[in-house]
Amino acid sequence: MARSLPQTLIWTGVAVLGTASLAVLALDRGESVNALWLVTAALCTYAIAYRFYSLFLARNVLGLTATRPTPAMRHPDGMDYVPTNKVVLFGHHFAAIAGAGPLVGPVLAAQMGFLPGTLWILVGVVFAGAVQDFLVLSFSVRRDGRSLGDMIRGEMGPFAGTVASVGVLSIMVILLAVLGLIIVKALANSPWGTFTIFATIPIALAMGLYGRFVRPQGVLEMSAAGVALLLGAIWLGGEVAANPVSAAWFTFSAPSLALMLMGYGFLASVLPVWLVLAPRDYLSTFLKIGTICGLALGIAITLPVLHMPAITRFIDGTGPVFAGSLFPFLFITIACGSVSGFHALVASGTTPKMLQSEPQARAIGYGAMLTESFVAIMALIAASVLQPGAYFAMNAPPAAVGATVQQVSATVTGWGFAITPEALTQLAHQVGETTILARAGGAPTLAVGMAKIFSGVLGGQALMAFWYHFAILFEALFILTTIDAGTRVARFMIQDFSGAVFPAFRRTGNLGANAVATALAVGGWGFFLYQGVTDPLGGINTLWPLFGIANQMLAAIALSFCTVVLFKMKRQRVAWVAAVPTAWLGVCTLTAGAEKIFSPTPAIGFLAHAARYRTALDAGALLAPAKSIAAMRQVIANDTVDVTLTMLFMAVVITMLITGALAAWRAVREISVTAREVPDDMHLLRQNI
Amino acid sequence: MICTCFGKTFDTRILGDAARLMLGVPAYDAYVAHLAARHPKLEPLSRDEFFLNRQQARFGQSGLRCC
Repeated sequence: MARSLPQTLIWTGVAVLGTASLAVLALDRGESVNALWLVTAALCTYAIAYRFYSLFLARNVLGLTATRPTPAMRHPDGMDYVPTNKVVLFGHHFAAIAGAGPLVGPVLAAQMGFLPGTLWILVGVVFAGAVQDFLVLSFSVRRDGRSLGDMIRGEMGPFAGTVASVGVLSIMVILLAVLGLIIVKALANSPWGTFTIFATIPIALAMGLYGRFVRPQGVLEMSAAGVALLLGAIWLGGEVAANPVSAAWFTFSAPSLALMLMGYGFLASVLPVWLVLAPRDYLSTFLKIGTICGLALGIAITLPVLHMPAITRFIDGTGPVFAGSLFPFLFITIACGSVSGFHALVASGTTPKMLQSEPQARAIGYGAMLTESFVAIMALIAASVLQPGAYFAMNAPPAAVGATVQQVSATVTGWGFAITPEALTQLAHQVGETTILARAGGAPTLAVGMAKIFSGVLGGQALMAFWYHFAILFEALFILTTIDAGTRVARFMIQDFSGAVFPAFRRTGNLGANAVATALAVGGWGFFLYQGVTDPLGGINTLWPLFGIANQMLAAIALSFCTVVLFKMKRQRVAWVAAVPTAWLGVCTLTAGAEKIFSPTPAIGFLAHAARYRTALDAGALLAPAKSIAAMRQVIANDTVDVTLTMLFMAVVITMLITGALAAWRAVREISVTAREVPDDMHLLRQNI
Repeated sequence: MICTCFGKTFDTRILGDAARLMLGVPAYDAYVAHLAARHPKLEPLSRDEFFLNRQQARFGQSGLRCC
C-alpha cells in the first residue's frame, strides 16, 4: 500500500483531531462540554476505522475479490437475486438494521455519564459490531446468500445449528417484551401519545387497502400521504388531550396498555400482511430515516451543550435507571450501537443476495454499522442535553425517588443533581404532559432531548410539545413494527420446531396451527411484558439487562461462527479479528448472567430478590407491589422464570463457545481448507452466459 | 435526470430505487430487463403484480428487522 505524502498528512490530521476531541471529553471536569467534540471524536474514529481497519479486513482477512461472482451474478432472477447499486443497497441495509435499540441503550447508559457510553460505542463498533456485520455479510455472499442458522449448520454441524436457533427464538421473546415495555412506559396516562399511536392503525389500514386494490405500484406516494396524515394526527392529539372529556377516552394505565398491545400483536400477525403489517412498516421506515437525518441536522445546527457530567458516581452499580456496575452492565446495556447480534440475522438475509461485487460488502457491512453507531452517539447527545436532574427524575422508579415532584426533586438533588419541583412541572407542561416522572425506558427521555434540539431549529418553545410527541410516535411506530414482524418470525419458528413432533403444525396455511403458534409467541413476550409493567422498580431495571444479555449472546454466537470459518479458511493467523470480540462478549454475557442470577443485591440478583419475598411471605408480610399472598407468590414465580431464562442464555453461550473451539481445533489439524464456500468459477459462469 | 455531485454523475432515478428497496421492492426495470435478456418467452408481471409479489415475499415468511 504505497501512500502519497498528502494522504499521509490528511490521515495524520484526522487522527490528531480525533484524539484531541476525545481528550477534551475525557479531561473535562465540572464544566459543560459542547456536543461538537463528541461528534468530532466519533466521526474521526469512524473515518480512520473505515479507511484502515475495514480495508485490512477486506484484503488480508477475507480476501474479497471483485472478479469473484456474487449470488446476484450467479443466479440473477430480477426478484430476490438482483445486482444492486451500492448506494441503493446501503440504504436498504441501513434501514433494516436501524431500529429502536441504538436509541434506547445509550439513553439508559447516560446514568453513568456520557464518557463510558461514548467509549464503548466507539471501541465496540470498530472492533466488534461492524466486524461482525461485515464478516457475516461476506460469508453469506460466499455461500449463496444463506442465512446465519443455515451457515452455522453447514460449517459447525446440526447440533450447533439447533442450539443457535433456540438462542434466536429466546432473544426474540425477550426483545419483544422489552420493546413493548418501552411503548407502555411512554404511553401510560398520556392521552396525547396514546391517541397518535391509535391513529396509526386506521392510517395503516387505509394505506393497506389502497396498496392492495387501488394502485399497488404507488407505494411511495401512498407512504408520503401516510406520513402527512401522521403529522396531522400528532396535532390532533394535542387537541384531544386538551379537552378533559376526550382526554379521558385515551388515558390508560400501564397494565391495560400491555394487554391491548398483546391483543394487537396477535391480530397484526395473523391478519394478511398487506392490511396492517406492511403499510405500518413503510410508514416507520420513512419516519425513521427522516428523523435520523433530522436529528443529525438539528445537532449540527444547534451544537447543544452536554449538561450530563462525563462520569457520574453511578458507575459503582447503584444507579436508579438500571442496576449493576460498569463492568459488565454497561457493555450489555448499550448493545445495538456497538455490537448487535440481531444484525447478523439481517446481514445474512436479503442484502447478500443483492450485492454487485464482493468488495462492496465493505461499505455496506462495515459502513452501515458505523452509521448505526453514529445514531447511538446522537441518542447519547440527546440524553445528555437534558439537565441531569431532569434526566434522573424521568428515569428513576418511584420506589427509589418517590412519586411527587417535591419528593423526586428532593431525592435527585440529594444525589448531587440539583433540580427544583417547579422545573419538573414546567418541563412536563412544555412537552404537553401532566407529568414526566417515572418514565423509564429511554423513549420519553430521548423525546424530551430531541424536542429540545428540534425546537431549537424550528418553532422554539411553541413547538416543543409537538416535537416531543413526534419523537414518541416515531419510536413507538417502529417498535410496533418490530413487534408485528417479530411475533410473526417467532410464530414461524415455533411452527418449525413443533413441526418436528406434530407435522400438521408446520403447515403455515393451517389457520388453527397459525393461531396456536401466534398465541404461544404473544404469550411468551406478553408474560415478560406484564411482569415488567407491574414491577415496582419499573421493569426496565430488570428486563433491559436480560435483553442486552440475549442480544450480546447472539453476537457472541455469530462472532464465534466467524472465527470458526476463518480457521476453516486456513486464515487462523488473522482469526483474532473475530476471536477477540467473541471472547470479550462471552466474558460480558456470562458475568452479567451470573450476576443477574447470584448477586446478593435484590435489585440485581433474581435469587436474592426471590429470597426477600419468600422471607416476607414466611413472616406473613406483604411487599410492594404485591397486594395479596397470591401476588407475592407470583413475584417469586417470575423470579424463577427469569433465572431459568438467564441460565438458558448462559448454557447457549457456553455450548456455542465450546462447539466453536472444537471446530476451530479440528480445522487447525486439517491440511487443507475446509470452509464450504461456493467455488470461484467465474470462467464457467461466463461460458454459461 | 442525470445529476453531477462531487464530480460523479448519477441518475436521480436511483433515489426512487433506494426508497423502494428500503420497503423491500427491487427495481422493476431491472426485473423486466432481466426477463427480456434471459427468459424472452416469459410474460413479465405488471408493475402492480410485481409490487404485490415482493410484498408477500418480504413479509410472508420472515421480514426480519433489527431491534
